[in-house]
Amino acid sequence: MNELAAAIPWLGKRNPTAARWLILIIALVAPVIAWQFGRSWVRILDFALLYMMLAMGLNLVVGFAGLLDLGYIAFYAVGAYTFAFLASPHFDVHLPFWTILPLGAGFAAMAGIMLGFPVLRLRGDYLAIVTLGFGEIVRIFMLNLNYPVNITNGPQGINMIDPINLFGWDLSRNLQIGENFSINSLFLYYYFFLLAVAGSIVFVHRLQISRVGRAWAAMRDDELAAKAIGINTRNMKLLAFSLGATFGGLSGCLFGAFQGFVSPESFSLMESIAVLTMVVFGGMGNIAGALVGAFVLALLPEILRDVAVPLQQTLFGHVLLDPEVLRMLLLSLAMILMMLLRPAGLIPARARYSHDHHLSNKLKQEAAK
Amino acid sequence: MTPRTVVGVMPARLMDPTAAPDWRLVRLGKGIMETLIQQLINGLVIGSVYALIALGYTMVYGILGLINFAHGDVLMVGALVALQTMTFLMGMAPGMSPLVMLSIALLVAIVVCMLLGFTMERLAYRRLRNAPRLAPLITAIGVSFLLQTIAMIIWGRNYHTYPQLISTTPLQPIEGVFITPVQITIIFGSAALMIGLLLLVNRTKIGRAMRATAENHRVASLMGVDTNAVIAFTFVIGAGLAAVAGVMFASNYGIAHYGMGFMPGLKAFTAAVLGGIGNLGGAMLGGIVLGVVESFGAGYIENLTFGFLNSSYQDIFAFLILGLVLIFRPTGLLGERVSDRA
Amino acid sequence: MKKTVVAFAIMSIGLGAAQAQEVVKLGSAAPLTGTIAHLGKDLENGTRMAVEALNAQGVTIGGKKVKFELIGEDDQADPRTGTTVAQRLVDAGVKGVVGHLNSGTSIPASRIYDQGGIPQISPASTNPKLTQQNFKGVFRTIANDVQQGGALGKFAVKSLGAKKVAIIDDRTAYGQGLADETEKAVKASGAQVVAREFTTDKATDFNAILTKIRATAPDVIFFGGMDAQAGPMLRQMKQLGINAKFLTGDGGCSPEMIKLAGEAMSASTYCSMAGLPLDKMPGGAAFREQYKKRFGGEVQLYAPYAYDAATAIVKAMEKAGSPEPSKYLPELKKINFNGVTGNVAFDDKGDIKEGAVTIYSFKDGNWVPM
Repeated sequence: MNELAAAIPWLGKRNPTAARWLILIIALVAPVIAWQFGRSWVRILDFALLYMMLAMGLNLVVGFAGLLDLGYIAFYAVGAYTFAFLASPHFDVHLPFWTILPLGAGFAAMAGIMLGFPVLRLRGDYLAIVTLGFGEIVRIFMLNLNYPVNITNGPQGINMIDPINLFGWDLSRNLQIGENFSINSLFLYYYFFLLAVAGSIVFVHRLQISRVGRAWAAMRDDELAAKAIGINTRNMKLLAFSLGATFGGLSGCLFGAFQGFVSPESFSLMESIAVLTMVVFGGMGNIAGALVGAFVLALLPEILRDVAVPLQQTLFGHVLLDPEVLRMLLLSLAMILMMLLRPAGLIPARARYSHDHHLSNKLKQEAAK
Repeated sequence: MTPRTVVGVMPARLMDPTAAPDWRLVRLGKGIMETLIQQLINGLVIGSVYALIALGYTMVYGILGLINFAHGDVLMVGALVALQTMTFLMGMAPGMSPLVMLSIALLVAIVVCMLLGFTMERLAYRRLRNAPRLAPLITAIGVSFLLQTIAMIIWGRNYHTYPQLISTTPLQPIEGVFITPVQITIIFGSAALMIGLLLLVNRTKIGRAMRATAENHRVASLMGVDTNAVIAFTFVIGAGLAAVAGVMFASNYGIAHYGMGFMPGLKAFTAAVLGGIGNLGGAMLGGIVLGVVESFGAGYIENLTFGFLNSSYQDIFAFLILGLVLIFRPTGLLGERVSDRA
Repeated sequence: MKKTVVAFAIMSIGLGAAQAQEVVKLGSAAPLTGTIAHLGKDLENGTRMAVEALNAQGVTIGGKKVKFELIGEDDQADPRTGTTVAQRLVDAGVKGVVGHLNSGTSIPASRIYDQGGIPQISPASTNPKLTQQNFKGVFRTIANDVQQGGALGKFAVKSLGAKKVAIIDDRTAYGQGLADETEKAVKASGAQVVAREFTTDKATDFNAILTKIRATAPDVIFFGGMDAQAGPMLRQMKQLGINAKFLTGDGGCSPEMIKLAGEAMSASTYCSMAGLPLDKMPGGAAFREQYKKRFGGEVQLYAPYAYDAATAIVKAMEKAGSPEPSKYLPELKKINFNGVTGNVAFDDKGDIKEGAVTIYSFKDGNWVPM
């Protein structure tokens, strides 16, 4: 798990063990610190964890397998809507959480394969555009499948979704311990999501160093060569799409249950691009990168909200750029500058399975010749 | 055609399960021909705009193999710069004739967009020419959002009313079919520009250099072509076309705002792929076909699917076409004729 | 680990309760960025005016002089941001919230307010579902879609004499909700809905659907959506030679609409707004003046409703003699006073009683109530 240690900039390299402990402590204490600034910050952390799962899933597809997916949010939508269908008054079905979770993941994986099959031959930009189209098509269907038969409830979305219920333990209620002790529901969600993220990290890490991970890396760096050494690139691509989608579906389920309301607006192209930016910003092809990218970029708009307005007020006397504009500005600049100056991201992937860096250097040398 | 206008039936039960099983007739209504021709005109107008934008995409792709995601936003910048110029001129010289005013505004917009295209290429894309494929694409998405944000800062978030200096009073060439002078200008203006571009690429020296660069950068540069200059030139021309498309688009709908370029940009890209990316003629054809398909799709989908689908799915056509073309005929309608590549 | 969590949690709760003596915080939530930022700002301005007016006049609650402080948040018209913002307001210790604008954000946010035990009055969300969730503290000062759509449908058929009506919506929670209710009312009034078409809240080209509608020769075209689409749509209607009357809901009933539609505006353009027209409101003219003086612009749509919502909260606090939500909530349910928009009183669900709907038509460059 040295990968994870890389999330701490300086310590990670010198003393990975210490760095890992530090990460664990930060992860456990974070909501308590956040609580001091207000409950909303715990809520924001909860959402940040969901984004981390999303970023890790997209990282499988983009970073590991090298398939640029601009419609990733569609899988998130599939998960969220699956949960909404099976645990809300909409169809008056209320299945238990543990039943829906695998279903949501399964449907998302199926959607991943459905997308994967036709686009097997496509690469690079073409793939990006077709996946973008896929994401939009899914959103348009979610938006309009309230007619002729009402399936998704259209633009109104689905409300009153059941909260997460772990064997009779309702996470949306504050946990009462004795008379004076109570743990806020947001904490319960936080630690549950944290567990999910930890599980994902372990899984993705095992995957990365497995045959599959190596096959993906080979395919990403040179598809032809990968084929030549006997890698079944078709299966590997489908696997990447479906596994990536599974993570999307899982976090979608959690999102639906946590928010209690889903509607198509939450699954726009902008969200896909936001998740992609997280992966790119953090560093493609590496777990720590995706995690840090998601964490930083999920918190950024909220921090801007608190910092930007008062700061501008004291500096200029009035607000020049409101936080939303500032966020867009920073996001777009992050994308451009990252690609120009530090294409490997905030935390570059380790050289072992990543040849992009070497490759581009080699190309540059060739071009210079 | 039979005199019956019924083309489909839809069971009302599907919409309302409690309803009695009576069958509602879905009618095409009066004036089938007029509607058909009108939809064709609608498609041609929007298709011409798509085609004009698609040319920019296809030129850049032909030469660099880069999807310039920000191309649609250059269109927006063009429209808003022209709006700013017109507002300024109206304040300075209220008596100016609308046509002169529009020409000046258009010129300013073209120049600004050309500069923008040049800057984009120079600052962002040139340095990534040899980077892994994902890098330029992600950068382009970033540039697209950056342009939108900057426009949002300069021009605000509200929709702006666009002065319609060319008349929008509809003419009736055929009884029951309407077309406005702006729309006529759009169709013929785009056609003229496309022909001009074809001539530029096929008949001039710089055009030959562009074709050579598209064929092979290194060989072209060995043959004495300044490929950097050619690529910059391609961006500049594409941006100029986008500026014109932006002014046309905004004049037609009488509205402009910072996000206006993104969707037309995506659709125009679809058009370029549909026609065969890298192929100028293909981009035009693709644009027009897409415009017409969208227009007919929105107009007739309800009848064609017996009321199961309706115009709420109209934005799906572009993406569906895009997916199908890329999967089944990646070379597009016209294929990739190397000689035409710019 | 858990023990520290609990300890910290309790500490901060204790801290929270210690403050807030003389100052009572009220929240406002609306989209201050994005395509409908002008309407969101309008909403916040209305609330701000109420708070400033009440502060100037001096309010005593339970024998104590109280000063109100407004915390304005931006929900970006996005459901997820809406819930985050709602949580922020709850955290900030607001005693009541005026907002949100879109039904799509109001509904998920209402759950957070309910958990926090804080009353929420929306001056703009018209979706009937908002008040049907059985939350105790959800109210609105604007007529809901059922009331508004009903009035629109009746108006189209009874007053405009329409026999055939075409209906378009923009596939947003607001547009679809209003269009559906209007469709029901049109049918109930005995007219025929000849076309039901759709667009999006980002579209600019409506030629294809309008051409299709033209073939059905409707007397009235109704659009459920916002001014940014209604304006260009009206222009394109004229360009396609459609002479049907144009009718839209409160989303298109703004000065912005008049600007965007330009020359296409005519005497056969109508829109509806919940409540009485500003000039006919008891305090309308004065409100317009004050608003202009304070914010330097015209009232867009929701400011007076927001004003009344804030006033309702404060009046309930005065009556209950306490700014605590649990104390004043029963009074809020029973509230009855004459506000800027007219009589403010809620039914048992929290919808405004006798939510008046006024139809406006375009005359001499302005919306004029009929």
